[in-house]
Amino acid sequence: MAKRHLLSTADLTVDDANLILDTAQELASVAGRAIKKLPTLRGRTVVNLFFEDSTRTRISFETAAKRLSADVINFSAKGSSVSKGESLKDTALTLEAMGADAVVVRHWASGGAHRLANAGWIRSSVVNAGDGTHEHPTQALLDAFTLRQRLGSVAGRHVAIVGDVLHSRVARSNVHLLATLGAEVTLVAPPTLLPLGVEHWPCASSYELDPILPKCDAVMMLRVQRERMNQAFFPTEREYSRRYGLQAARMALLPQHAVVMHPGPMNRGLEISAEVADSVRSTVTEQVANGVSVRMAVLYLLLGGAESAIGNDEEGSAR
Amino acid sequence: MSGTSYVIKGARVLGEESRDLYVSDGAFAEAAPRGAKVIDADGCIALPGLVDLHTHLREPGREDAETVLTGTRAAAAGGFTAVHAMANTDPVADTAGVVEQVWRLGREAGYCDVRPVGAVTAGLKGERLAELGAMADSAARVRVFSDDGHCVSDAALMRRALEYVKAFGGVVAQHAQEPRLTEGAQMNEGELSGVLGLQGWPAVAEEAIIARDVLLAAHTGSKLHVCHLSTAGSVEIVRWAKSRGYPVTAEVTPHHLLLTEDLIRGYDPVYKVNPPLRSAADVEAVRAGLADGTIDAVATDHAPHPVEAKDCEWAVAAMGMVGLETALSVVQRTMVETGLLDWAGVADRMSARPARIGSVTGQGRSVATGEPANLVLIDPAAARVIEPGALYSLSHNTPYAGMKLPGAVVVTLLHGSATVLDGRVVER
Repeated sequence: MAKRHLLSTADLTVDDANLILDTAQELASVAGRAIKKLPTLRGRTVVNLFFEDSTRTRISFETAAKRLSADVINFSAKGSSVSKGESLKDTALTLEAMGADAVVVRHWASGGAHRLANAGWIRSSVVNAGDGTHEHPTQALLDAFTLRQRLGSVAGRHVAIVGDVLHSRVARSNVHLLATLGAEVTLVAPPTLLPLGVEHWPCASSYELDPILPKCDAVMMLRVQRERMNQAFFPTEREYSRRYGLQAARMALLPQHAVVMHPGPMNRGLEISAEVADSVRSTVTEQVANGVSVRMAVLYLLLGGAESAIGNDEEGSAR
Repeated sequence: MSGTSYVIKGARVLGEESRDLYVSDGAFAEAAPRGAKVIDADGCIALPGLVDLHTHLREPGREDAETVLTGTRAAAAGGFTAVHAMANTDPVADTAGVVEQVWRLGREAGYCDVRPVGAVTAGLKGERLAELGAMADSAARVRVFSDDGHCVSDAALMRRALEYVKAFGGVVAQHAQEPRLTEGAQMNEGELSGVLGLQGWPAVAEEAIIARDVLLAAHTGSKLHVCHLSTAGSVEIVRWAKSRGYPVTAEVTPHHLLLTEDLIRGYDPVYKVNPPLRSAADVEAVRAGLADGTIDAVATDHAPHPVEAKDCEWAVAAMGMVGLETALSVVQRTMVETGLLDWAGVADRMSARPARIGSVTGQGRSVATGEPANLVLIDPAAARVIEPGALYSLSHNTPYAGMKLPGAVVVTLLHGSATVLDGRVVER
């Protein structure tokens, strides 16, 4: 992959995306071994730069980097100079001076990762681990990986993405990637939670969930923040749940083979009922496991991996 | 200061046939004064000195971004002979003391007539009227009042402000931005804001306030000026209000005449501005509105910011762009080269009308014997690549960096005295 950064799934070609997914498939086999470690990124430094709390995403990236033998530095806004008013630029310069090869950045502002990559502050690779309400590309990649695993392929599949699309970086990244991979996507949300101009996105949209479900191969439920109802995006949690939540009765409208996805953390009882979350259709825990493999693949490919990720290096014992 | 006399040879006044101009004692003269300096204006367009209705000089309070001196030097370099200094300083220009300070600093600098704008409400807080009469009666003789940066969103307060300034022939310049519709807004609301995940700033937030205000202006019979309108809908509303004879005027910025929201794709905060860059259709509409006179004036909204205010994430960056030194070039590119305005039209929109709206005496007059010698000479055939570091402004947040723009200011005369010669600001 000729790219230096992963900022948006819109930047990925079909070949890029498939290379990442195929590499992740190779690397996934490492998780089944007794020693879950490859020497691939030995001596390289990966910084997890988190301006927003996300323990799950940080742990996933940290695990991925460590399985590739990279040195990992965790730098979070809390308890560091960032919370004392140090700018993104100065933080970036510090990391550059420390010799970071890749910076995995989570930022509350849309475009945070773009700025870090393109403002001329640093030379290292930048991986967007979620920027504001813009994108979360590795989430979309792990979702695609999960779809491939469960359904055999992504192309030609119909995926519904349900919930707060307006504020969702997961939805944006998934729309781009799934379209690139040839899936058919329908966004389902109340009109207040669909962005203006969504009709020009490479997907369909609907205000109603029930008519969409029977043709879905997968339903992706988005987390809904409870505060949204105070800003009049929807009247009450109960009404939201009734109209857009996935409960057992509604799940029955899905075809037999269809899966239910959620990027986590879930609001059980709001967008997804416990029964659905814990059902055999649910891929939630697989998504977490696949997240590590996909992030290993991304780090490996961005940091210059040209050959097969694990090659003949069985058990990582060569050399 | 007015001691120097000039013979300006071969200037094309308002783009007409070339002729010689004579300047002595601060005014245009009938014949060549003795001992006059000769300025070769071959091929140059002569316009009355430009008048900006909307300039942020930042002093007092943010002298790290701009001062009255540096800002008026930038203005002179851009061909301006008068600027209106916006009230959002620190302290706010909401008392006679502050507006007199800014006015006095302008006199001392000597590069432009500085006309302070007074705040409409105390502290720009939108709660109660500032002492508008005291500012009007002060040495600064304030006639334009604005809470620019903030909208006077309270309809009752806006009504009273409009009524009150009638007592001294004032005008209320409104920053039209409905606050509830723009909470947390980051860029024009449209397809692109949805894709970029930046919270939208809908056109209706501007248009709703303008619609309300033109009706208030009609109801009170008071003068309303609409600051930096930026949408096609805003142009329509002002056009309608003027067709009904309402006492309404409006301005547009150079950047809204040239730039569109597409520039935001890379999240570079140099393009972050209030009101936000809009769509190509809006750009077309404001150009048409300026051409047909619906929009009275081009006003720069020159908004200097120090480097760190823009060298950061989009969401935390300051809003605004510098514009004094590029305004005329942008107007040449967007209005003259497109055939929408001739040079007489440029003089009308950048000098005569803004001077009239701001009640600026001695500015915006014709280039004729006996009139004050406020003049700009432009070489329309010149082309320059904009280099931020070469700007006279203390701040370099120009959206035109690296862009090639037509035209160059060669000479600026302020009351008969050169502030710019050979394209360079005259030291004094």
